[in-house]
Amino acid sequence: MVRFKKMSAILVIVLIMGLLVAGCGGTKTETDKTTAETKEPYKIGAIFDISGKGSSLGIPERDTVNMIIDEVNKAGGINGHQIELVMLDNESDETKSALAARKLIEQGVLAIIGSSQSGTTLSTLEAIQKAEIPLVSAAASIKIVQPIADRKWVFKTAHSDALVTEKIITYLKSKAITKVAFASMNNAYGDSGLKEFTAAAAKGGVTIVAKEKFAPEDTDMTPQLTNINRAKPEAVICWAIPPSASSFTANYRTLDLKMPLIHSHGIGNKKFIELAGDAANGVIFPVGKLLVAEGLADTDPQKAVLVDYAKKFEAKYGARNTFGGHAWDALKVVLAALEKAGPDKVKIRDEIEKTQNFTGISGVFNMSPTDHNGLALDSMVIVEIDKGKWVLAK
Amino acid sequence: MSLASELLQYVLSGLTMGGIYALVALGFVIIHNVTGIINFAQGEFVMLGAMFMVTLIGVGAPTPLAIILSVILVMIVVGIIEFGAIRSAKKASPVTLVIITIGLSTAIRGIALLVWGTNPYKLAPFTKGGPYHIGGATIVPQSLWVIGTTAVLLALTLFMFEYTYWGKALRACMVNKFAARLMGISPSRMSLFAFVFSAALGALAGMVIAPITYVTYDMGLMLGLKGFVAAVLGGLSSTPGAVIGGLALGVIESLGAGLLSSGYKDGISFIILLLVLFLKPGGIFGTSGTKRV
Amino acid sequence: MEDLKRRKRLRHSLIALFTVIIFILPFIITNNYYRSVLVIIGIYTTVVVGLCLLMGYAGQISLGHAGFYGLGAYVSGVLTSTYDVSPWIAILLGAVGTGLVAYIIGIPIFRLQGHYLALATLGLGLIIHVVMMEEVDITGGPSGLTKSIPYLSIGRFELNTDFKYYFLVWIVALAAIILANNVVHSRIGRALRSVHGSEFAAQSLGVDTGKYKLQVFTLSAIYASVAGSLYAHYITFISPSPFGLMTSIQFLVMAVVGGLASIWGPIFGVTAITLLTEGLKYIVPKMIPQAGGEYEIVVYGVILVIIMIFLPEGITSGIVNIYEGWRHRKELADVTSGDK
Repeated sequence: MVRFKKMSAILVIVLIMGLLVAGCGGTKTETDKTTAETKEPYKIGAIFDISGKGSSLGIPERDTVNMIIDEVNKAGGINGHQIELVMLDNESDETKSALAARKLIEQGVLAIIGSSQSGTTLSTLEAIQKAEIPLVSAAASIKIVQPIADRKWVFKTAHSDALVTEKIITYLKSKAITKVAFASMNNAYGDSGLKEFTAAAAKGGVTIVAKEKFAPEDTDMTPQLTNINRAKPEAVICWAIPPSASSFTANYRTLDLKMPLIHSHGIGNKKFIELAGDAANGVIFPVGKLLVAEGLADTDPQKAVLVDYAKKFEAKYGARNTFGGHAWDALKVVLAALEKAGPDKVKIRDEIEKTQNFTGISGVFNMSPTDHNGLALDSMVIVEIDKGKWVLAK
Repeated sequence: MSLASELLQYVLSGLTMGGIYALVALGFVIIHNVTGIINFAQGEFVMLGAMFMVTLIGVGAPTPLAIILSVILVMIVVGIIEFGAIRSAKKASPVTLVIITIGLSTAIRGIALLVWGTNPYKLAPFTKGGPYHIGGATIVPQSLWVIGTTAVLLALTLFMFEYTYWGKALRACMVNKFAARLMGISPSRMSLFAFVFSAALGALAGMVIAPITYVTYDMGLMLGLKGFVAAVLGGLSSTPGAVIGGLALGVIESLGAGLLSSGYKDGISFIILLLVLFLKPGGIFGTSGTKRV
Repeated sequence: MEDLKRRKRLRHSLIALFTVIIFILPFIITNNYYRSVLVIIGIYTTVVVGLCLLMGYAGQISLGHAGFYGLGAYVSGVLTSTYDVSPWIAILLGAVGTGLVAYIIGIPIFRLQGHYLALATLGLGLIIHVVMMEEVDITGGPSGLTKSIPYLSIGRFELNTDFKYYFLVWIVALAAIILANNVVHSRIGRALRSVHGSEFAAQSLGVDTGKYKLQVFTLSAIYASVAGSLYAHYITFISPSPFGLMTSIQFLVMAVVGGLASIWGPIFGVTAITLLTEGLKYIVPKMIPQAGGEYEIVVYGVILVIIMIFLPEGITSGIVNIYEGWRHRKELADVTSGDK
């Protein structure tokens, strides 16, 4: 009896393993559903951090990409070719991300978009550069596209932290603030913000009187805030994403600190306000224009695109957020290049690099051989939270 | 703020977090005592309790009803899990059982991700009213709820172990499984009871901490880790030990972040823990020294 | 006695057969993705062999092996990218350094028992991880190393493809397995098994259990360190995130799923878990279109539980049981047919 149980268990496991192996190898036999199409579909790969720590970025990115692909295919595809999307989840794991990139390369995709985070993007680059396949990342770190000599095939659509810090420094100067405290979450996002801000502050004549860190899963930042308060800054800058960014803000109000609180673009979703509640009011942060799309002047070149994306996304998946916007930009840039270049990786790369005046969600992109991000300072606005709503700060 | 009030602030923050760790640690200790299993899914019980509560409040259930229903729901879920997974593997070695609980926690987390998504949820504090100020330090009312709940649940657990039939039977199982069975106590029923009781503790912990920590599908990971540390620190067999371990961990972390370095705070608390363990290899509150041969 | 010899012969021929298969495999498999999965399996196997040695033979759990794995990766990564040290020397330095750390920390750690020991290894892994995050000037902090890590090369021959790297990784993994096999069947191995059985009994027979445990702990840390170095030179980028607690737990899961009682356990465990995660990525979206990783981790968790319920001793001993059962019945059949 026991032996029978064991036998059957092993059989089941062997069966599963067999299925898995067969599954891994079975990609070629797959037939496309659009049999009416005579033209062969274009294959594009995507890697996002759908589960694991980066899932709050990866999931809206996945949803956005699925939405666009459906739309494009229903409208007849690119040059009459349907788009076949191969999307992989890297589980927010750098090793699995590196494997996913190799898998997509082997499946013969024309270009890859993703990953969602800096670490999971950086771990794919070795394979990408070697395989000579264009990659457009949705992550922030400037390291993804620099040094440019080692990043021939790599582009990105999210705002670089350098750009965001510059925006904040400009804002601080306009308010004549020269002494700030800087608190960051202790991961790649917060670390990149800390490094860039330290550099920008030194250049811009702003002194950082206190630097504090908190873990992404921390829920009480009172000790850090107590230290910050002791240093008596004129403003506090917090570089984090919710929920820890919300906890920080709630603690800030509980301790009744009076200086202005400036956040990063990491709080660009409704959840931040929902979680922090009344504490969120008065928070100032730089962000792409998506959040205040409806409030933009009609002359703003991005307005139509932003409102359209926000409406479609919100109809299907819930409140808009900037991360989905990064994926929108990445995919649309690739599709535009594909339309011009046809199914040729080298030409697609060249076309992406030539992207000019491309109106996206995060801004108007102008790529060049020395700039694989292509966003300018005016792609961001300073937003204030007022009575639970985003408004343009004065 | 004077140094004294800053110190007081660190301690108060630490006690709040410590209360949270203590609540999770209690669940670890009860299951370990009865079954010998280190239940790495304990943090997930806490998450489930908080998530059910958020959902029920969201559909308009009154708070007391939501609390009772959430506790019952988590107890049912955990009961099914115990019956389906733990009991089938009863004869497995402790390390195999640990892996089973790791698998369970992964699966529960995945299901939570499917049902509730990645977004964090918020629960309103139990009582309104601004923060209280004590000697220059500040504390929110919900922190008092956490610390109070910890005390009540600890008292309840102790009472149950001392004075109820089930508690006595559990203790009998802890002391000697075989003899307990001879006395007509079924160890497998006791295991079910321990899991369900821990589930209830976890669920209550989840609800009371939710207004402070927010609720995310993966909150169980951190809570499980810290709870485990607190439980081991407290000796892993003593319920008051678990609570003291939790509070100590919270205060050490808070002082480390405030006085030394916020980046190094997890490292600092572990260095202190290791030093304590090295100096007192039997554990801090452990009755250890005796061990099974 | 005859049986012992037979077992030894079987073991040696199995190792030989396995070696042959390993070296033929990359010629049959031309898909670079599969090759890269095999490279990762090889790297993980090296770590898990050490962990199995520690757990299966010294009976000590470790929740901190990702720390040693990370130490190796960071020593290699930092020395080669920032200080232009020769990669091979860096690997060696990493191994020696990690071994020293393990040995020194091991002295007080192994005074602890049971769960305290688990907690101490967990803490050790966590402290190493925190240092990686905080020593920004050396490690680059949470964003990882700034410069890219060079490829390994033998003379002018650069190991810059999955195909070439495969051989290096698996030569190391095989060496790790064979060395572990020798340890297991040496005097130390027998002493270790006695530790696993009953430490008191072993001590009373004059076995210095503490010394052996410490040696195995150090050896397993060195294994992890070398594997970490190989990882760094393969991906050419490292950040602290692959070296955290989740990775330690993953190694533990691989070790237990494979089975602790056999040198084949690590290979089965690592392969099963890696194929499971990679395979689910393919199958699940087929069954549930447009689904992401959410379903995959649920299925992963459930399958893990099922394996452990039905094969509590791990996959290897499950297979061995069946083989023994089959042999037993065959012998019975031989005997009965011989009667006729």
